[in-house]
Amino acid sequence: MTRLTHTLRHWALYVLCLPLLGLTIRAEQAAAPAPQPTLEQRVAGLEAYLNNSDPSAPLKDAKGNIPAGLTTPSVGVPGPGHNAWQMTSTALVLFMTLPGLALFYGGLVRRKNVLSVMAQCLLLAGWVTILWWACGYSLAFHSGNPFLGGLGFAGLDGVNSAPNTDYSAWVSHNVFSMYQLMFAIITPALIVGSIAERMKFSAIFLFMTAWMFVVYFPMAHMVWGIDGFMNGVWNPHAGIKAIDFAGGTVVHMTSGWSALILCLILGKRLGFGKTPMAPHNLVLCMVGTGMLWVGWYGFNAGSAVAADVVAANAFTTTTLATAVASFVWPMMEWLVRKKPSVLGFCSGAVAGLVVITPACGFVTAGGAVAIGIFAGLVPWFFCFKVKGWLGYDDALDTFGVHAVGGTMGAFLTGVLARNAANANLATNLKDKVTDTLLQPLVWEQLKAIGLTIAIAVVGTTVIGYAVKALIGLRPTQEGESTGLDLTDHGEEGYIMESSSEL
Amino acid sequence: MKFIIAIIKPFRLTEVREALSAAGVEGLTVTEVKGFGRQKGHTEIYRGSEYTVDFLPKLKLELAVADEVAGKAIAAISAAARTEKIGDGKIFVLPLEHAMRIRTGETGDMAI
Repeated sequence: MTRLTHTLRHWALYVLCLPLLGLTIRAEQAAAPAPQPTLEQRVAGLEAYLNNSDPSAPLKDAKGNIPAGLTTPSVGVPGPGHNAWQMTSTALVLFMTLPGLALFYGGLVRRKNVLSVMAQCLLLAGWVTILWWACGYSLAFHSGNPFLGGLGFAGLDGVNSAPNTDYSAWVSHNVFSMYQLMFAIITPALIVGSIAERMKFSAIFLFMTAWMFVVYFPMAHMVWGIDGFMNGVWNPHAGIKAIDFAGGTVVHMTSGWSALILCLILGKRLGFGKTPMAPHNLVLCMVGTGMLWVGWYGFNAGSAVAADVVAANAFTTTTLATAVASFVWPMMEWLVRKKPSVLGFCSGAVAGLVVITPACGFVTAGGAVAIGIFAGLVPWFFCFKVKGWLGYDDALDTFGVHAVGGTMGAFLTGVLARNAANANLATNLKDKVTDTLLQPLVWEQLKAIGLTIAIAVVGTTVIGYAVKALIGLRPTQEGESTGLDLTDHGEEGYIMESSSEL
Repeated sequence: MKFIIAIIKPFRLTEVREALSAAGVEGLTVTEVKGFGRQKGHTEIYRGSEYTVDFLPKLKLELAVADEVAGKAIAAISAAARTEKIGDGKIFVLPLEHAMRIRTGETGDMAI
């Protein structure tokens, strides 16, 4: 090459590069550095973690908008402490079903039916999870209309590890979803208590599937969904401004009242009233009770969806109410029947847990003790006397404890909720919670109670008769006499021949 | 030979066994049974549901004795098992046709 072509080539390269240079300069101008948060804003974001408040609030300008691209490392990430408590609570609530409730109910039925109760709990744990993943979580917790959510979260689409600020500033959305799943599992599991020993497995499967869609998902949405009809604490447009901290209506009233209807449709166990049907293993029952009590801390204090002052209060009120109720119930037995029973201690504890459930995050320690006393008295009286007068076969007292307890709890929440116990009551309920005994909130609670009972009763009646018509509800007489363990599952709970040859 | 069946209250077993031993009886079979005669059961209450328990736990003793020993055995059992309260039990005596010790093949009075 000559010197000239060499020089020309260099100049050609420069000329070609110029546009690139121009593009580069323009690109740098377009990616102007993102607005940086001030140190004040970043510290405020960290303080929001401690106070369970929104870390993006300090970034808002005078009009309440956040400048485009302005963020801190605290925004859109879960807070470790809150998330850890939520994951722990999730495990605790699952523990309530597996094996808490399985043991509690398993010990109360006759030996030939012990596995059937456990099978039903296990079935629901798996199947409800599948329904929850597919569309249940979305129907309950996605926004939609006041009665049911949309399908935006179907298949847990978009449910990732960042917080969903509709429900929490600091708990991962997926963790929240799994937490709520555990409630969805235990609610139908409570119903099996009333129909124990005489409803066939296939009918339970079909009934519970329909029940989740007709009763549970709508109720969960109405009470806890961000646009729910009965979400008095967080939805300023709620039609019924009721409060329910951990599920007195959603879990206990729905399962309890549905249990009553279903056991009436089913009819009594063969030999009821003539054959002895005493609990076959109160040891299992007591062990299950202990697990329910411990697990319930996740159920109640975990419903704060944060490891904060509200959770701390719920933890305390749960302890007080449960302990008092588990004392009062057997004391009544001692007075009236001359002997306090282990079953009485267990029933009292469960009753206390049920009644404090809707109230735990909203009442003070004194309110919790009062609730414990009522919980030890009213469900006890119902199981001891009223059930006998009415004569129906609620095998394991799901109605007596969960419906009666849950309904009373929802009412007492109205009476005993106090602003001092939970600052969030002031957000949308200032005029309802006036810190008096017959505050306006009581009326809202009564409305919620009425709607819940209506949904549970009507829903169960329709589904119950539909399943009965489609596939029948009861096993054959011989199958029921043999026991559901062998009839439905081909298994025996205890094989106790001392000689293995026999 | 006689075959004696005795139904007794479970807590009297030790006394009955010692009395039979003193009377020269050297073998015994015991089974846990339930039953009632004129003794009524008791009531248990589980969360408001009452259950009347009719069948009470008893022990059934079975023993084979030579004819000469039968009278002493019956007297020993009844004295040791008696509490003078309802439910003390009963003694039945059956004629025993044949008996054999399996290890040695002895029969009759040599077997019991």
